[in-house]
Amino acid sequence: MGKKLTLEDISKLLEKYGVLEFEDVKIEGDIELKVVGGAGISPELLTTLQAALQSSQMMSQFAIQAAHGLFSILALAKLAGYPVESVLRSFGISAPAPAAPAEVAPPAPAVPEIVIPEELVAAKFEVGKQEWVGQIQEVALGATAADGGSRETVVKLGGEKTLPFYGFEVHNPNPPRIAIDCFDMPIPLAKAVREHYADVMEDPGEWAKKNVKEFGADMVTIHLISTDPLIKDTPPREAAKVVEEVLQAVKVPIIIGGSGNPEKDPAVLEAAAEVAAGERCLIASANLNMDFERIAKAAMNNGHVILSWTQLDINQQKTLNRHLFKLGVKREDLVMDPTTAALGYGLDYAFTNIERMKIAALKGDEELAFPISCGVTNAWGAREAWMKASPIKEDSDWGPREYRGPIFEIVTGLTLALAGGNLFMMMHPGAAAVVKEVTQMLAGFKDVEKAAEFEGWLTWAEK
Amino acid sequence: MKAKSPMELYGLLPRTNCGECGEKTCMAFASLLIERGKKLEECKPLLEDEKYRESYEKLKDLLAPEVREVVVGVGEHAKNLGGEDVLHRHDLTFFNKTALFYDVWDTMDDDALKERVERIQSWQKFYVGEFLRLDGVAVRNVSGDPKKFAECVRKVSELTSLPLVLCSYDAAALEEALKVVADKRPLVYAATQDNWKKVLELVLEYKVPVVVSAPNDLDRLKSLAATFSQAGVEDIVLDPGTYPTGKGLETTLANFVRLRRAAIAEGQKDIAYPLLCVPMTAWLVYENEVDAAYWETILVTIFTIKYADIMILHSIEPYALIPQTTLVANIYTDPRRPVAVEPGLKVLGSPVEESPVFVTTNFALTYYTVESDITSNNIDSYLLVIDTEGICVEAAVAGGQLTAAKIKEALEASELENKVKHKTLVLPGLAARISGETEDATGWKVMVGPPDSGRIPDWMEKNWPPK
Ligand code: B12
Ligand code: SF4
Repeated sequence: MGKKLTLEDISKLLEKYGVLEFEDVKIEGDIELKVVGGAGISPELLTTLQAALQSSQMMSQFAIQAAHGLFSILALAKLAGYPVESVLRSFGISAPAPAAPAEVAPPAPAVPEIVIPEELVAAKFEVGKQEWVGQIQEVALGATAADGGSRETVVKLGGEKTLPFYGFEVHNPNPPRIAIDCFDMPIPLAKAVREHYADVMEDPGEWAKKNVKEFGADMVTIHLISTDPLIKDTPPREAAKVVEEVLQAVKVPIIIGGSGNPEKDPAVLEAAAEVAAGERCLIASANLNMDFERIAKAAMNNGHVILSWTQLDINQQKTLNRHLFKLGVKREDLVMDPTTAALGYGLDYAFTNIERMKIAALKGDEELAFPISCGVTNAWGAREAWMKASPIKEDSDWGPREYRGPIFEIVTGLTLALAGGNLFMMMHPGAAAVVKEVTQMLAGFKDVEKAAEFEGWLTWAEK
Repeated sequence: MKAKSPMELYGLLPRTNCGECGEKTCMAFASLLIERGKKLEECKPLLEDEKYRESYEKLKDLLAPEVREVVVGVGEHAKNLGGEDVLHRHDLTFFNKTALFYDVWDTMDDDALKERVERIQSWQKFYVGEFLRLDGVAVRNVSGDPKKFAECVRKVSELTSLPLVLCSYDAAALEEALKVVADKRPLVYAATQDNWKKVLELVLEYKVPVVVSAPNDLDRLKSLAATFSQAGVEDIVLDPGTYPTGKGLETTLANFVRLRRAAIAEGQKDIAYPLLCVPMTAWLVYENEVDAAYWETILVTIFTIKYADIMILHSIEPYALIPQTTLVANIYTDPRRPVAVEPGLKVLGSPVEESPVFVTTNFALTYYTVESDITSNNIDSYLLVIDTEGICVEAAVAGGQLTAAKIKEALEASELENKVKHKTLVLPGLAARISGETEDATGWKVMVGPPDSGRIPDWMEKNWPPK
C-alpha cells in the first residue's frame, strides 16, 4: 500500500502479462471501469489514480489491448494491489454496478418436493441480428458476346453481406460455385477419380466437355501441368493452344492454371492470357514468390480476373492483394486462394484462416473483401482418401476406399463453404455434385418436393 | 464466461501465491482460468477456507461457460456436452467435442444387437497420437412396447459402459427404461409439448439429463426449457429438430445458429443449453445405403461446425465414421495448442546395429503418423526427430526449418554413430531435395524413403538393408 502507480509501473505490468499491441489511440472521455472486490484506501493513492486518469496526455499513447480483451487502467492499478473501487466510490466516480453475486442456493430440503406446473411457461424466442459494415466484392467470371467474349454463361462470385448461409439475416446473392479440373496431359489420379476420366485423359477438350455436360460443372479449370520443366517442359505458346481448345469445347467460364513452377508460370500464364483475351478467365495464380507483376499485367491487358494465392496466412494475403492493386488490378478483378488443406491434414488451419478472412472483410477490412477459391482436390492427398487399407494395425477396418475418397473431398469442400469459400475446384464428379446440391440448399436456392417428417427417425426401420 | 481478463479473477483469488494449484502465482493461475486451462477447484485454499466462500461463489459465476455443461453417462466414458464460450473457434477454442452417438433399436434380435453394440464400442482410428472413438449408443423405441424397450436398454447397458440416450416419445417406455439404467445417467429423449408433464416428473425423480424437443419451433423450445428449469431441472439439452434437405435444412441451420448466438452473444441464460442434432434423418430421405450415410456425414459436417453438441446417427460404415470423427477432431483442435513434440532421438521397438534410422519433423501430426506407421508394423528402428519448430515435412523444407545443417546437429547429439553400423539415414520422400546436401554435411549415406510413411513397410522390403 501507499505505492504510487507510475507510467513505468503500468508498462511493466503490460509487459509481464503479455499485452500484445500498442497503437496510437487517444483515450478521450469515458474510460470503462471493470471493478472487483476491495478494501481500504490511502488518500495518497487516490490522488495518484485520479491524476493518472485525468491526464489524457499521458494516456494518449496507449490503447491497451491484451489477448483477452481490454485492460482498463484501473484493472492494472488493481493488479498492482490498489483497491480501486473503494477509491472510486469515495470519490463519487461512478463505476458500473458490480456483477450480481451468484445466487447462493438455500440448503436443499431433505425430501425435495416435486411440483409439476399445470401449463408450460409462456415464452418467445428472440435474438438480434448481427450487423456488418463490410460487403464482399462481387466478381463476375466469363464474358458473353455482349461483352466481347464467347462464353454463354457468366459465373458471379461473392457479394456477401453476412456469413455464409445466414439467410435468416440477409440473403447473400450468389451461391457457391463448382469448377471441375482437367489437365493438359494424363496424370496419376486416385482410382476412384481416374475411372471417371480414363476415356478423356488424352484430350483436354473432351475432358472439359465431359466436366460440363456430364458432371454439371459451373466452370472448368485447365491445368497446364505439362509446362513444368520437370515434367514435359511444354513451351508457353504450345500450352496456350490447349487453352484455345478448351475455350472451343465448352461455353462456361474457364480457369487457367499453370504448373505451379514459380519460374515458368509467368510466361505460361501470359501466353495463355493472350490467346484467351476478352474471355474473362480466372488466371491461377499470382503468388508472392514469383514474378506476380508479369502475371497481373497479362491478366489486366487481356481482360481477365486474377487469382491471388497465399499459403494459410492472412497477412501475406493482404500484402499480395495490396501489391496487385498497386499494379493496377481492379477490385472487381480479384479472387483469393488462401490455400486448402485436406480433412485430417490441416483442414482446421484452412477453415479458420478462411473464416477469419471472411469475418474481417465483413467487419470492414477492404483488403480481404474478395471471393475465395478453394482447391478442394487437395483432399485426395489425405491417405484415408486413397489408401487401400490402414497402415496402422490397431485401426478398425477402413472399408472400401472407393467410398472413402469422395466423402473426404465432400467434407473438405463443405467445411470450407461454411467458413466462407465461394468457388470450389473439385475432381470427383459425385463429390462435386453433392457439394453443389448441399450448398445450394443451405443458401436457400434449392428446395425438395417433400420435406421429411422429423419425428419419423425415432421409429424408422430399415427396409 | 463473464470474466474478460485475468485481472477480474485475480482480485478474488487468495493472492498468497502459495503454489498449491501448481502455478507459481495466483496471477498465473488466473490467466489459466480465463483460458480454461485450469479448474477453479484446483485452488485448494479457496475451497477450504471459509473466508473465501463469497469470492469462490463470485468466481464460479464469472467463470461459468456461456453454454451450460451437461454430463451424460458415468465413469471414464461420461461425456460433457456444451460448456462452450465462443461462436468461432479462433476466438478462443471450442471445448467439448461434439458427441457422436450411434443407434440401436428394440426390434433387433439379440445377436444383431450384440454385434452392433460391439462394433460401436470397439471402433477406433489412430489420429495424431491418440485414437478417435465413438461416444455413445442411442437406443430407439421402434417397437412401441415399453417392456421391450426397457429390455433392450438393459441388454445394451450390460454390453457396454458407453453413455446412452433413451429415445422414445412415450413416457411409459422412458419410465420402464429408467428403472433399469437411471444410475448410468442416460440422456432422456425427449420431452415434447405432448408428454412434457410426465417426462418432467421422471427426470426429477431419476435425476437424469433430458432433451426437450420442439421441431422447428423455437418459442416452444424455449418454453419447454423454461418450464423444466423452473421446476428445478438444469441438465437440459435442446432439440430444435433436424430437417435433412431443401429449405428445411436451411431453416435447421438458422435455428442452430440463432440459438447459439442467443446463448453466447446475448447471454440469454434461459436458452443457453447444449444442442442436439439428428443427422439420422438422412435415412428418411435416401433409400440407398451409401447415399444415406454420405448425407448423414454432410449433416455431421454442417452441425459440428455450427454448434451441435451431441448427434444421433445410424451408419457405422467406416466411410462415414472416419470423416465424421476426423472432422470433429479438427474443428475441436485447440487453435492455441502447440503443435510440436519434443525433438531428439526416439527408439522404436528394440533396434540393433543393423536397424534403419528414419528422419522426420517434430510437427505432431507428422511425428505421430510416422511413429505409428513404424511401430504398428513392428519395425525396430531409430527415429531422428528434427526440431522444425512444429512444421510438417514439405513446408519445413520450403521454409528452411528442415535443412542439412539441422539434421547434422541432431545426428551428432543423438550419438547414433555408436548405435548403428551402416551410417545410413532414411529421409522422407518429400525431403528428397535436401538429400545431396545432407550427405555432404553429415558424411552419412542418405536414402530417400517413400513420400508417405504408410509405405515404409513396402519400401523396407525392397530397399533394406542397403546394398
Ligand atoms: C498445413 C500446411 C501449412 C501450415 C503448417 C502447419 C504445420 N505445423 O506444419 C502452415 C500454415 C504453417 C504452412 C506454412 C507454409 N507452407 Co504449407 N502447407 C500445409 C498443407 C496444407 C498441409 C501440410 C500437412 O499438414 N501435411 C500433413 C503431414 C503429416 O505431412 P508430412 O509432414 O509431409 O508427413 C508425411 C510425409 O512427409 C511422410 N513422412 C514424414 N516423415 C517421414 C519420414 C520418413 C522416413 C518417410 C519415409 C516418410 C515420412 O509421411 C507423412 C504422412 O503422410 C500443405 C498442402 C497439402 N495439402 O499438403 C501446404 C504446403 C506443405 N505448404 C507449402 C508452403 C510453400 C508453405 C510456406 C513456405 C508458405 C509461405 N510461402 O509462407 C509456409 C512455410 C512455413 C514455414 N516452414 O515456416 C507448400 C510446399 C510446396 C513445396 N513442395 O515446396 C504446400 C505443399 C502447399 C502448396 N501446394 O504450395 N503450411
Ligand atoms: S492455490 Fe490458489 S492461492 Fe495458492 S497460488 Fe494457486 S491460486 Fe494462488
